[in-house]
Amino acid sequence: MITPDTRRSVIVEREMAHPPEKIWRALTQGALIEEWLMQNDFQPVVGHRFSFRATPAPKWNGVIDCEVLVVEPHERLAYTWGSLGFESVVTWTLTPTAGGTHVRMEQSGFGAGQDANFKGATWGWRKFVGNLERVVGGLG
Amino acid sequence: MIADDVFRALADPTRRAIFERLTRDGELTVHALTDHSGVSQPAVSKHLGILKHANLVRDRRAGRETHYSAQPQALAPLVDWVSAYGAFWRERFDRLESILKRMDQ
Repeated sequence: MITPDTRRSVIVEREMAHPPEKIWRALTQGALIEEWLMQNDFQPVVGHRFSFRATPAPKWNGVIDCEVLVVEPHERLAYTWGSLGFESVVTWTLTPTAGGTHVRMEQSGFGAGQDANFKGATWGWRKFVGNLERVVGGLG
Repeated sequence: MIADDVFRALADPTRRAIFERLTRDGELTVHALTDHSGVSQPAVSKHLGILKHANLVRDRRAGRETHYSAQPQALAPLVDWVSAYGAFWRERFDRLESILKRMDQ
């Protein structure tokens, strides 16, 4: 059975034996990001719009449209992640530990783009997975 | 593949709004869905056809009106897709760690 609580956001956490400053570079320098994530034109500047480019697949052009939301060097980074008409937010949090850094990635929201205009704001499209949770919860 | 139909159906904001309204308000006619929607009735009917093709709505004919209701269990492929992101990120974490090992301090 579907358990909505675990689906509202995706969280991956891991302790890494490297200092936050170094991990920050891997998260924010385009050439390094490409090595572990995807091709990109990322800049660590709030408001910067960029895209990740993956290998296109059937019915998917491989483009993920993003906008930088938060840049707190060595601590927190967040950007939107829009693909296939769904928009979520990816937030990275780095916390120093005795042996290195606790790395936490949360992808949440899974809402839609800004273009919902069916009956304007009254019907405004809200957080999709939030609704999904309610809908799926009603399935019993 | 039914998952493709579900994604295609829900990739459109107007169809998401229609589907959301049906999950919230229960069974509705095309007229009720069209009123105050800012979208023409033929357009709403076309969207409903696509939602029906993806099994996201069911229709019931009563007299001259067709009533539509949401079939939220058809969302299952989408829920699976969201959870699949977990696997995606864990694999990327592995790659991130191997990059870190190769990087200079």
